[in-house]
Amino acid sequence: MVEWLDASLITDMLRSSLRLMIPIGYAAMGGVLCERSGVYNMGLEGMLLAGAFGGALGTFLTGSPMGGLLVGILLGMSGAIALGVLAVLFSVNQIVCGIAINLVVIGLTAFFARLIFGLDATTQTLPGFSAMAIPLLSQIPIVGPVLFNQDPLVYLMYAVCPFLYWLLYRSEFGLQIRATGENPAAADTAGVPVFRIRFMCVLLSGALAGIGGAYIVLSQVFVFTEHMSAGKGFIALAAIILGRWDPIGSVMASWFFGFCEALQLRLQFANPEVPYQFFTALPYVASILALIGVYGRFKPPAAVGIPYRRESKA
Amino acid sequence: MSYLIIDGVSKSFGTFQALNEVSLNVARGQIHAILGENGAGKTTLMNILYGLYRPDKGQIFLDGEHLFLDSPADAIKHGIGMIHQNFMLVNSLTVAENIILGLGQGLKRIDFAAQHERIQTMSSEFGLEVDPGAPVWTLPMGIRQRVEILKALYRNASVLILDEPTSVLAPGEIDAFLEGLKKLQNAGRTILFITHKLEEVMKVANRVTVMRQGCVSDELEANKTSPRELARKMVGREVAIRIHHRSREPGARRLQLQDLVVLNDRGIKAVDGLTLDVCAGEIHGICGVDGNGQRELGETVAGLRPLISGAISIDGMEVGNQSVKERQRLGLGFVPEDRQGTALVLDYSIATNMALRAFDRSPASRHGILNLGQIAQDALRLMQRYDVRARSPQQPVRFLSGGNQQKVVLAREIDARPNILIVMQACKGLDVGAIEFVQNTLVDLKMAGVAILYVSTELEHVLEVADRVSVLYRGRIAATLPIAQADNEHLSELMSGISTEVAA
Amino acid sequence: MKARLIQVAYAGRSIWAVLTALLCASVLFVIAGADPIQAYVTLFGEAFFDYFGFGATVVKFSPILLAGLAVALPLKAGLFNVGGEGQIYMGALFCTIAALFLPFLHPAIHLPLCIAAGALGGAFWAFIAGWLKAYRGINEVIVTLLLNYVGINLVSYAAGGPLMEEGAPYPYSPEVPTALHLPYILPPTDAHAGAPAGLVLALCLALLMRYTTFGFAMTIVGNNAQAARYAGISVEHQILYAMSLGGALAGLAGAFEILGLKYRLFHMFSAGYGFDGIVVAFIASANLAFLPIAALFLAGLRAGAQLMQRAVGVDSTIVDAIQGLVVMFVAASLALRFSDSRWGRAAAQRRADEALAGSKELKHG
Repeated sequence: MVEWLDASLITDMLRSSLRLMIPIGYAAMGGVLCERSGVYNMGLEGMLLAGAFGGALGTFLTGSPMGGLLVGILLGMSGAIALGVLAVLFSVNQIVCGIAINLVVIGLTAFFARLIFGLDATTQTLPGFSAMAIPLLSQIPIVGPVLFNQDPLVYLMYAVCPFLYWLLYRSEFGLQIRATGENPAAADTAGVPVFRIRFMCVLLSGALAGIGGAYIVLSQVFVFTEHMSAGKGFIALAAIILGRWDPIGSVMASWFFGFCEALQLRLQFANPEVPYQFFTALPYVASILALIGVYGRFKPPAAVGIPYRRESKA
Repeated sequence: MSYLIIDGVSKSFGTFQALNEVSLNVARGQIHAILGENGAGKTTLMNILYGLYRPDKGQIFLDGEHLFLDSPADAIKHGIGMIHQNFMLVNSLTVAENIILGLGQGLKRIDFAAQHERIQTMSSEFGLEVDPGAPVWTLPMGIRQRVEILKALYRNASVLILDEPTSVLAPGEIDAFLEGLKKLQNAGRTILFITHKLEEVMKVANRVTVMRQGCVSDELEANKTSPRELARKMVGREVAIRIHHRSREPGARRLQLQDLVVLNDRGIKAVDGLTLDVCAGEIHGICGVDGNGQRELGETVAGLRPLISGAISIDGMEVGNQSVKERQRLGLGFVPEDRQGTALVLDYSIATNMALRAFDRSPASRHGILNLGQIAQDALRLMQRYDVRARSPQQPVRFLSGGNQQKVVLAREIDARPNILIVMQACKGLDVGAIEFVQNTLVDLKMAGVAILYVSTELEHVLEVADRVSVLYRGRIAATLPIAQADNEHLSELMSGISTEVAA
Repeated sequence: MKARLIQVAYAGRSIWAVLTALLCASVLFVIAGADPIQAYVTLFGEAFFDYFGFGATVVKFSPILLAGLAVALPLKAGLFNVGGEGQIYMGALFCTIAALFLPFLHPAIHLPLCIAAGALGGAFWAFIAGWLKAYRGINEVIVTLLLNYVGINLVSYAAGGPLMEEGAPYPYSPEVPTALHLPYILPPTDAHAGAPAGLVLALCLALLMRYTTFGFAMTIVGNNAQAARYAGISVEHQILYAMSLGGALAGLAGAFEILGLKYRLFHMFSAGYGFDGIVVAFIASANLAFLPIAALFLAGLRAGAQLMQRAVGVDSTIVDAIQGLVVMFVAASLALRFSDSRWGRAAAQRRADEALAGSKELKHG
């Protein structure tokens, strides 16, 4: 057990759990905005994947990871537009829309990946972002290398997360989002443009998921493979719940998921008494318990999932 | 010098004329009450004033300016604020957040400290004390209402429309509220409030407009009239129906309610120590103004709402804990107030709705298997007997007129051969022909020995059929009179709480 | 007459949606340099008109149909069961345990017992969400979604741990006794009796919902819970029944996969059938009679994909895109509901006027 106290091991664990959680964290933050405004985004998985594909495509075409990032965001947002139009504008069941988007994206990205990158796509690596150590801060023991020796997209999250928190709780836009998700009729009466707010939140979630997906390609594996989002979009949904529908909470929850995943990866080779599945299942169980109120009442936004229909004005 | 002028406004919904050439003059700084029964058109008129509906005819002038109101946002811009009966508040947000919602600008930072201060100032100015930082869900109704009013004031409303403001308040909060209205008046605001409660009108209003069936019945100065006069103007109607009133000896007592206490959806006592009974072969009519506990009374007797204390007995047996089904088995029938929401499933056919309560018994089903043929046959039989106008039993009930829908409900309940029938608002929304039919059917039923509890807010209808009349006021029976001694005026006063004496 | 035709057209809008999706997907074929018509002919031809291809279709038909029923049934009660995947896994788990640990039983008893165990596993998993919804008001969408992953992990642990075959290179359980293997229905393909069983079940459930008091009670709850209470129905009990029944169906899907196809409990054996179930339930507009058709279509799409790839040279992943497009167009078509449309409102108005005119006669007569 003494080996666990080894600083470098802890640092290593924390660092990789942070890297693993980034896509989930971005998707979760987007999902938080979305659900707070009243819309389930089951399509986060598809938007992540679209972002990953966009990241690969953009970098392939422009030669620069920034180009990849932009295309990733754009593609993530395209998925979001579909969700917005169908679910917000036409009041189609949000869950079905989300699943539809996932399927379309899985199919289209695989199809176009073969077409554009060719069958040897997996052997070519793309230019991506590499870690940039922040001087001084990255020298702090343990915390330093974990937090301050990462690539730009991780640093971006450090800025985005508090910004979203501020947005949600300290700005008018955020106030309107919260009102729309809890009581759209009251918001409507107060002059809040319910549909526009929801649509914008869906778009933002697509953009954020796009960044998260692009990260997988541009900072982790540097290639695009089919269905590489591998369920991270669904983990994000759980992180939203565990994080109490709050931007910072969901990022923390995502880190918990990332930590469990990192732990699981190490344990798979260490052959311990505790099966690794305990750790992969743990965050989900925690979310359920949280919902039941074991660790304090977490309630979803009251109007989430219910399409808003204005009372007819004769 | 009129500040607010509503001139010749008419509005119809389909073939239903809600408002007919309604005109209103309100002076600046006046508290003006709009009085009338349900369906008189008060809320429709105010909704037009608030931009929720557009009038078919007529115009609105505010301070000399001709207003074209397309939406509530328009109304707010012109200084008209509305406080709905069901508050439009986001419960999870704080008082301040609710008040400022919709006013800020996108990404600009909200200065909560400054807002709190501004709200505090405003609340002391108008005498509406609130804590800006409190989440709304923690607040009692009276305080939430203050938040609603502050919302309007915050948007510089000069005219405040209040729709049945005291209907959601606990009795203890009402006086504080009425005082608050006077303070708002002193601060220069013009107030329009819709109500059917006469005592409130007498307490605070300067002028009263009485509405009846979409028209203005009269407009008077409050201190130049009396509750009696107002009651008469509210309730009077031509009698155009032929009811064959018959009487018989009442039989054994079948339904007994003792000291019943029931809460409404907001947790306030709607029924507060109610005692009454119904005997076989009699119609015991319960009259009263809407909102005095009728709905809760009916639901609790039927088993759809829990009772807090007191007893309900059927044929001497206590049933307070029994389920809806159990009470049905004991012979209790129920015609709910909410025809389309509770009594019927609109998307289902007439036949299915006819079988709604008895579907798990023979002949509608046996051993768990539905006998659709039998159900359709029974429906056809009932449709003929009760003259339900429709093309076939398979037609969805949604497409029937109100009268025919009510016939379906009645047919179903009566066919179950109840010993006791609770009927809520039997004639609501029905045309004359249907009303005649329903009333006569109930009298026939009574003659056959059924004990009927007939609850209605339409005094006329109650008087047409009842053998005994009780007045429901504030969740209690104010008085019970045999039909021979029941006169319109006296009952209206009891219903409005003006008189509390019981005629011998 | 015209109104009738339009109403029928609306009812078939799922079919329009599917056709539109196929049309859009043909663009993809063109981009890939293939002939869309030839592609579709191969895809559907292989899936439905070739003996071996049809066999492959039927193999996928079984779990997809049952998963679809698992969503459609709770939907009748107004509940959204997104947990089909987890319930499939739990059903498979319970079934495998029953199969492996009760070898002393005669197959005539053992087989039904294993199937029942599968149903029980799925029902239990869904019951958790149902109870939380009925008595705590917790959103069943969220709970069933989370339980998916708990279930998958549980089975993964079982297949890789206590139930793992000795010396196996991958996590899988020992093979279930041969006596328990479901009979083949289209030898020598892998199509097994799980498919007709599912079909029979679908039929029974359709009859159940339509002709029994049980189904009647459940559908009222889904339509108008307040009226259901008025009718004397316990809404809480109906929620529990609906979710448990839905879970049981998904559990059966898992059980049949074990007993009919894989014969072992594999870690991660389900290829997303739970979500396919949601897709299928929506294409069929939760109509239990159309569900098998929708399930067959989806199964055919999936099965035909591989064969189409070889024949036309377009990668089989295009089928995922087609499936997604189908769902999207169906979802969009659902947005056009007859009752809300111009035609629907006009028809409703006419009927209401007729009825009103009818009752006015009484007054003057």
